[in-house]
Amino acid sequence: MGDHGPAKGFGRWLFTTNHKDIGSMYLWFSFAMFLMGGVFALVIRAELFQPGLQLVEPEFFNQMTTMHGLVMVFGAVMPAFVGLANWLIPMMVGAPDMALPRMNNWSFWILPFAFALLTSTLFMEGGGPNFGWTFYAPLSTTYAPPSVTYFIFAVHIMGASSIMGSINIIATILNMRAPGMTLMKMPLFVWTWLITAYLLIAVMPVLAGCVTMMLMDIHFGTSFFSAAGGGDPVLFQHVFWFFGHPEVYIMILPAFGIVSAIIPTFARKPLFGYASMVYATASIAFLSFIVWAHHMFTVGMPIAGELFFMYATMLIAVPTGVKVFNWITTMFRGSMSFETPMLFSIAFVILFTIGGFSGLMLAIAPADFQYHDTYFVVAHFHYVLVPGAIFSIFAGVYYWLPKWCGNMYDERLGKAHFWLSFVGLNVTFFPMHFVGLAGMPRRIPDYALQFADFNQIASMGAFLFGFSQVFFLFIVIKTIRGGKQATDEVWENPEGLEWTIPSPAPYHTFTTPPAVK
Amino acid sequence: MLFFSKRPTIKSLMSVKPFVVFSLLALSFQAFAKSGEVAAGEAQRWVTNMTQGVTATSHEIYDLHMLIFMICVWIGVVVFGIMFYSMIMHRKSAGAVPSKFHESTLVELAWTIIPALILVAMAVPATSTLIKIYDTSDADIDIKVVGYQWKWQYEYLGEEVSFFSNLTTPQDEIYGRAPKGEHYLLEVDEPVVIPINKKVRFLITANDVLHAWWVPALAVKRDAIPGYINDVWTIVDEPGIYRGQCAELCGKSHGFMPIVVHAMEEVDYQQWLVAKKVEAEELKLAMSQSFSMDELYARGEKVYQTNCVACHGPTGAGGVGPTLIGSSITTGPMNGHLSLMINGVQGSAMQAFGEQLNNIDLAAVITYKRNAWGNNMGDMLQPVDVLNHKRSL
Repeated sequence: MGDHGPAKGFGRWLFTTNHKDIGSMYLWFSFAMFLMGGVFALVIRAELFQPGLQLVEPEFFNQMTTMHGLVMVFGAVMPAFVGLANWLIPMMVGAPDMALPRMNNWSFWILPFAFALLTSTLFMEGGGPNFGWTFYAPLSTTYAPPSVTYFIFAVHIMGASSIMGSINIIATILNMRAPGMTLMKMPLFVWTWLITAYLLIAVMPVLAGCVTMMLMDIHFGTSFFSAAGGGDPVLFQHVFWFFGHPEVYIMILPAFGIVSAIIPTFARKPLFGYASMVYATASIAFLSFIVWAHHMFTVGMPIAGELFFMYATMLIAVPTGVKVFNWITTMFRGSMSFETPMLFSIAFVILFTIGGFSGLMLAIAPADFQYHDTYFVVAHFHYVLVPGAIFSIFAGVYYWLPKWCGNMYDERLGKAHFWLSFVGLNVTFFPMHFVGLAGMPRRIPDYALQFADFNQIASMGAFLFGFSQVFFLFIVIKTIRGGKQATDEVWENPEGLEWTIPSPAPYHTFTTPPAVK
Repeated sequence: MLFFSKRPTIKSLMSVKPFVVFSLLALSFQAFAKSGEVAAGEAQRWVTNMTQGVTATSHEIYDLHMLIFMICVWIGVVVFGIMFYSMIMHRKSAGAVPSKFHESTLVELAWTIIPALILVAMAVPATSTLIKIYDTSDADIDIKVVGYQWKWQYEYLGEEVSFFSNLTTPQDEIYGRAPKGEHYLLEVDEPVVIPINKKVRFLITANDVLHAWWVPALAVKRDAIPGYINDVWTIVDEPGIYRGQCAELCGKSHGFMPIVVHAMEEVDYQQWLVAKKVEAEELKLAMSQSFSMDELYARGEKVYQTNCVACHGPTGAGGVGPTLIGSSITTGPMNGHLSLMINGVQGSAMQAFGEQLNNIDLAAVITYKRNAWGNNMGDMLQPVDVLNHKRSL
């Protein structure tokens, strides 16, 4: 069936409905956004290298923190996971393509326009969004630069893209599994994405509602979030975090799926507690809807609310702990080797757990009064997002890249990339715990002298981490262009349908469904 | 293939280049760092943990923080210990043969229930601390705290004492033209003064966007929200000066609105309060007096350096805000200038100073702007003119 090759020229990419092409485009797009968001981060770290204002003015600094957050969350992490889902879910469930291929094309192609809108604001009079990626009103409404309207439409488009992507993933998983593949036989990456897709469908409309209310406040004279007009600035935070908290799990659940595929392969032992992994993921997804106000412990909620959100948040530690214990038990008494995907996965387990510990500390409401809006929080969420989401994406790319392009990556280069990233990440983010506890607020362009030393270290780590990612780009291009021919299995007895097809995967796979025992 | 063709070069680059790049980078940063004079107290550097603070609450929070932290450390030691044991002992290269086990309901139940019990143990002290923090009843002193872009206002309820607290760090220190002082960015013109061993209640709100009032040594952090009044309390044990910062992004100068709390003995506090009241009386009297051009100009310059310089620049040449040199406002009709100062500009960073500055300061700063930097309008404004203008609105 492989005779229907891809079309020639640029039209192939513009009009493609092929899940592999679209997956590749998502991944390349997300990597471009990752580099752009990284440059924004390096502007921040360069300015914070020492006390005083040296490189940028505070208003531009605020635009950098805002754009860094927005681009990394909506441009780098989410599209990367959608790209992996596009490439892998049809191959993992034995389907020929995604269920809704034309919509697939559309959900990708609106993204570059969304980000063009968003980044163009940096060149506008008054500058780009400068109110933080959490865009609390009224700083983002009454007091926002005029470009906020572009930001609002960009968020709408990103949301539409995510919702369409999610519908497609759910439709594919529920309708297109090969005969014999029951739900409880699906690979965990498919499971975690199924749950993630439901989270997306549930909360993206809430985000859309939130920015629409902002739009109304700014242009049509309403006062949803303006106290002077009878509105409520705290309402904004409730609506935003009702979206925002599930959103952070949207960025981590697919990562759980990826490492759950990789660790068994390199431990040469089946995943421990498959069923409990599925239930734990579902529990985390459910809990994500009832913990949002732990981001708002200092807004002055009644004590009953404070206690409820504290207890609910602490509960998340239970299913998350189950997952970590399962991964470690999978490794236990296995026969381990440490290729690049495994290195990234092990770093994921360790560093994500450290991020989980600081998360547990933050859940304790009275202690949060000291942590809230300090660099301790910055350290916490970068520990869960960088070694969590980003490392899992690296792990996934090294793991499946030989299947995608038919060539093995250079193991020594991959390991070098891992160690550079690992060292860079820890040098950057670990000292942030210290300055946060010592009292440095987040989102400030200049700081008191006692924070200088650790900030200097963090900035050096950031540049190391940043440049290591250019090296990753080099490794990937080198692998695509050539290298040792990969076998069909690529690794030693990996589990999953994707390893039963040739490497590189043909343009069309599973045009007749495989039989699953 | 272009530059990918020479494999040995890539390999050698691989092993050396990142380290070379990194050390070069570090060196250049080091040189860069030395260009700015920094004089931090050695004792304060390399702080890695939360302050224990000077209140019962701050001690309790510190203990809670350390308790949870130590529990996490011990869980980490056990979990990572097992993980590293397995990574060392169960390596393929060491000839490990994989087991086949992959399920155990008993184990799964154990590591669900045990963590849940640990969480309950954590929740008990957390709940008790939180309940104490939330008891704001029976305060001895009430101070209303209002966040503005980018300063704090303190109003002693029932005492008719009210003032703004502005950053005093000079622009020259911020831009590296002068050595940075010991309390760089953490110093204000008027600290909020409180007595020790008294229950002081802060009623926190905001005038424009969200802010958050935070003093680590008191372990008090609460958002300042327009339309809401949040209450928090503290009882400080030791006299001293305690410094904090705004903790909620509030725009351009979010990093430049510190909080300084001066806690003193009850007697000293009472004296301070009396002096503040006398000062307020004197100010009231001065409101009806006339000032000379020189007096207004000198006072206006001070007001300008505190309130206007961040946006309009030290020489009035502008920055974030428009230039004031020869502008249609500063060289236009006096009434227009006064109205703009009183009402601000909706939808811009130009605030309504009518409520923030007293009539003398308004008259002085307007006079200063109209005569400084070659504007040379030659006209001036008296506080009574400001009063009349406000009444006519």
